[in-house]
Amino acid sequence: MLIPLAALVLRPWELGAAGVWQSLTDPRVLAALRLSFGAAALAAAINLPFGLLIAWVMTRYRFPGRRLADALIDMPLALPTAVAGISLTALFAPKGWIGALLVPLGVKVAYTPLGVLVALVFVGLPFVVRTLEPVMLDLPAEAEEAAATLGATRLQTLCRVVLPALAPSLLTGFAAALARGVGEYGSVIFIAGNMPMVSEIAPLLIVIRLEQFDYAGAAALGLAMLLLSFLLLLALNRGQHRLARHLA
Amino acid sequence: MTSVPMPSALTPPRLQRAVLILLAVTLMGVLLLLPLVVVFSEALSQGFETVVEALETEDARAAIELTLLVAAITVPLNTVCGMAAAWCLARFQFPGRTLLATLVELPFSVSPVISGLVWVLLFGANGWFGPWLDAHGVRIIFALPGLVLATTFVTFPFVARALIPLMRAQGPAEEEAALTLGANAAQVFWHVTLPNIRWALMYGVLLCNARAMGEFGAVAVVSGHIRGQTLTMPLYVEALFNDYDWVGAFTVAALLSLLALVTLGLRVLLERHMDHGRGAA
Repeated sequence: MLIPLAALVLRPWELGAAGVWQSLTDPRVLAALRLSFGAAALAAAINLPFGLLIAWVMTRYRFPGRRLADALIDMPLALPTAVAGISLTALFAPKGWIGALLVPLGVKVAYTPLGVLVALVFVGLPFVVRTLEPVMLDLPAEAEEAAATLGATRLQTLCRVVLPALAPSLLTGFAAALARGVGEYGSVIFIAGNMPMVSEIAPLLIVIRLEQFDYAGAAALGLAMLLLSFLLLLALNRGQHRLARHLA
Repeated sequence: MTSVPMPSALTPPRLQRAVLILLAVTLMGVLLLLPLVVVFSEALSQGFETVVEALETEDARAAIELTLLVAAITVPLNTVCGMAAAWCLARFQFPGRTLLATLVELPFSVSPVISGLVWVLLFGANGWFGPWLDAHGVRIIFALPGLVLATTFVTFPFVARALIPLMRAQGPAEEEAALTLGANAAQVFWHVTLPNIRWALMYGVLLCNARAMGEFGAVAVVSGHIRGQTLTMPLYVEALFNDYDWVGAFTVAALLSLLALVTLGLRVLLERHMDHGRGAA
């Protein structure tokens, strides 16, 4: 495991520092990195309200089909990414079940950056839900009861008592979904259309460079992606700790 | 608690409850269920016979066999290595322990494409060992060994991850008791360690197998996409899709979806078992 990683860390420098810089600041690379990180962050942000709603309903209410719904939440993790990729494409293509509904609205999802976003929302959702659920179950009922007895409305209790207590785990779920989204490949490449500069994600660019036998260039991009996500996760982790301490 | 009447704000109105449940179920239906339904509906769109035909082609056969072969090598390998890693991490303190723990988790936090890339950097035509391998007529990349390496790398964390929290919670007491009573290491393993971890182990193996058969990104990089030779089922789905063989692609995809459904079902059963064991302990 260490030797392969060493290769990833050492190979880029065959180009020399200037060569690495040049290969990473290529406009096509920058566009791909921007798309991968931007779409992953946006998808993770969209998954926050989605995940909050689903986790809330799953932990607070009993309803028929709840067990089935619970198993369904892990579907994006269990479904092979290539399968998810082609089925999302079929759904959102102009003739697909959802795509056909969006055509009159003038919204194109498949083969656009919007498609990337849809795929990343799909794969990221379980991370947010599964992070929130245990924390929601552990929320002390007393705090909510106290707020209610003191005359808070349900909405006030939610915004002033529940959400702040969930903030650290919301951030954790966001980070997990983001990390997964940045590197995601299989579920994205089918629906994205993969137009250079527009809807081409960074992992795909790594594959393209490898196919051109540009090993050093591929390794440089891979290493850059790793370092960027590492720094991002480190920052989010810090933020999460600070939030948690603030609450305690 | 019961003597005090519950404040009305704590028992949300029925309407609000119903609306929230409806919203969540709709969201899950559109986002999670619909993609699954589409796979089967597209596969069966031309009738059942085309499904059988699509699965009986030589390339489909080869893809299914290759997928099973890769999983048959990878899963046992990762079961043994995962158990060893979990045992080391749960039982011992040693220098580099944190490093090992990070390495175990690493494949989960790395893009699958990077998990494939590292092997090409080592063994590909321009890789560190590429020329040497070429001179000796050994093929790793664009061949079975590459697929196995990439899949092993990606699926390594599952078993260890399932075992570590359990082994740590159980502690070494029972193993030590068996040792003091004169059991040898093999006896301790078969009669004490293994029965204690069996459900969690099955859980890890299940997830490991599902990912091994469904992995796409990592194997896409090392496969070389040679039809009938280096295409696993997920890669074959891609090849068919790119050839506009819509029904064929969704047929193979449906087969993979069935695997995912079985995995999810078994997982629910195992989780119930594990909760049960924890409750009894």
